[in-house]
Amino acid sequence: MAYLEGKNLVASYGVVPILHECSVEVEKGELAVIVGPNGAGKSTVMRVLLGMLEATAGSVTLDGKDISMLSTQDRISKGLAFVPQTKNVFPSMTVEENLQMGGFIRKDDISKTIEEVYELFPILYEKRKQLAVQLSGGQRQQVAFGRAMMTKPSVMLLDEPTAGVSPIVMDEIFSNILDVRNAGMAVLMVEQNAQQALNIADKGFVLVSGRNEHTGTGKDLINDPEVRKKFLGG
Amino acid sequence: MSDSIDIINAFALLTNFVILPALSYGSQLALGALAVTLVYSILRFSNFAQGDSMAFGTMLVILISGYMISKGWTITGFPTAILAIPLALIGMAIYLLLMDRLVYRHYRKIKAKQNIIGITASIGVMFITGGIVRFILGASAQRFGDGERFIFSVREFKAFTGLEQGIAFKTSQFLTISLAILLVAFLFYFLQKTKTGKAMRAYSDNTELALLSGIDPDKVVQITWLLVALFTTIAGTLYGLDKGFAPQQYHLLLLPIFASVIVGGIGSPIGAIAGAFLVAFSEILLTYAYKKFLIYLLPLSMHPSSLVQLIGTEYKYAISFVILVIVLLIRPTGIFKGKVIDGE
Repeated sequence: MAYLEGKNLVASYGVVPILHECSVEVEKGELAVIVGPNGAGKSTVMRVLLGMLEATAGSVTLDGKDISMLSTQDRISKGLAFVPQTKNVFPSMTVEENLQMGGFIRKDDISKTIEEVYELFPILYEKRKQLAVQLSGGQRQQVAFGRAMMTKPSVMLLDEPTAGVSPIVMDEIFSNILDVRNAGMAVLMVEQNAQQALNIADKGFVLVSGRNEHTGTGKDLINDPEVRKKFLGG
Repeated sequence: MSDSIDIINAFALLTNFVILPALSYGSQLALGALAVTLVYSILRFSNFAQGDSMAFGTMLVILISGYMISKGWTITGFPTAILAIPLALIGMAIYLLLMDRLVYRHYRKIKAKQNIIGITASIGVMFITGGIVRFILGASAQRFGDGERFIFSVREFKAFTGLEQGIAFKTSQFLTISLAILLVAFLFYFLQKTKTGKAMRAYSDNTELALLSGIDPDKVVQITWLLVALFTTIAGTLYGLDKGFAPQQYHLLLLPIFASVIVGGIGSPIGAIAGAFLVAFSEILLTYAYKKFLIYLLPLSMHPSSLVQLIGTEYKYAISFVILVIVLLIRPTGIFKGKVIDGE
């Protein structure tokens, strides 16, 4: 059984069904990527894993334990962390306050973790007294990342971390993600840039209309002619 | 009265009849406006029950201080109401939390588009609260300030300075201004420096991300109501000590309070304070009769014969309205760039 596993998830927004028995999983020290066309339910999978949307069937397990019934906050304290695609910082708070809020549920001293985030993203140390709203898109993404790391999570869920950033910043973000993975975290991300994401991914899930269409290692999926034709543009 | 130009006496006159009253009225409005701002930022609706809640808090203070006076528990120099505030605060907090439990929580649960539904719900709470106050204390006006009325009176001031025009500094004005400074300092310290205060700002800034960070929304809402109870009770009590208690008067305070919040910038605490003083000074400056002031300043030949009052005091609430309209037309975000109300 994988470290984080969503199995046969069924979910809907009101009466609109989104997920039909969809499964994803990720191991520690592994980067798994969910790709697929718009409306495939990629972000919905994330929301279900986090407990922000209730699944009508299926289960979510973390380290073998069923967490399907836990609230979002409880899942966060169990080790899940999430970086939403948009609105992923507290705009009118400083960089440092954003990080402090990220560590809100921790009872121990968080200053060391803040320093670790600053080591990973030195620019944030320089801008620690600035409001998040004043930062550039890439820097804000780093704040969002840093905020999520404050709980010292074992699983990092990322919803389109490279949406709307320049190619250079995209490379930077991907390299940050690999750092996080190499540090032993399980990373599961939804990506619009399927080609680049599968290139660095250990595992990939191709979703279409809420169903698993293809599953395999990143390399396998890239080399699969059908996946290439349908999702990677040839 | 001398017929030469007399700037010092003119200034003393203005201080006594405009500056001190406007400072204390502005402070009272600011405390009320901060309560409205807190509710707007955290619970996302404009709380129409604010004025009547202030009446409720003041009612508690009147009842408790009445009991204290009957037992002889008073402090020399200051109104007993000050001693009654801590107990009244507890009552007010319980009442607000109860209203949240009975009314507002339901709409949070069903994730209603909050401002308009919250407004409608708060109008209901407003009528209930106002009704309870009138049921218990009656609708007529009353005064409840005991103790020394003045820090220094006109006569003492004249004797001390030798000026023809005296300045009186009322105990209620002294209490208003000093308590307002303390409360505002406390609020800013709380929001900027404490973990709970930061969590409140985070919740106001980005609710979903706050939940993702493990911030407990119920706790944030409860602490908000506790702060609202603090500001509401003290604002109401200070206003009552200054101008007397009348339920209808408190009900009408909603207008200048909302004007303050919108003028300053919705959701901005500094804006609420700035807006409150702008509204208070406009109200008093525009309704003050400048005859005597001009007599001090102008040579005999130019002395005015009329009162030189721009607007009659009976129209003072219209001033809040006009300020509101002007701000919404010219700068809907207010002085300190708050949010624009968009019905969501």
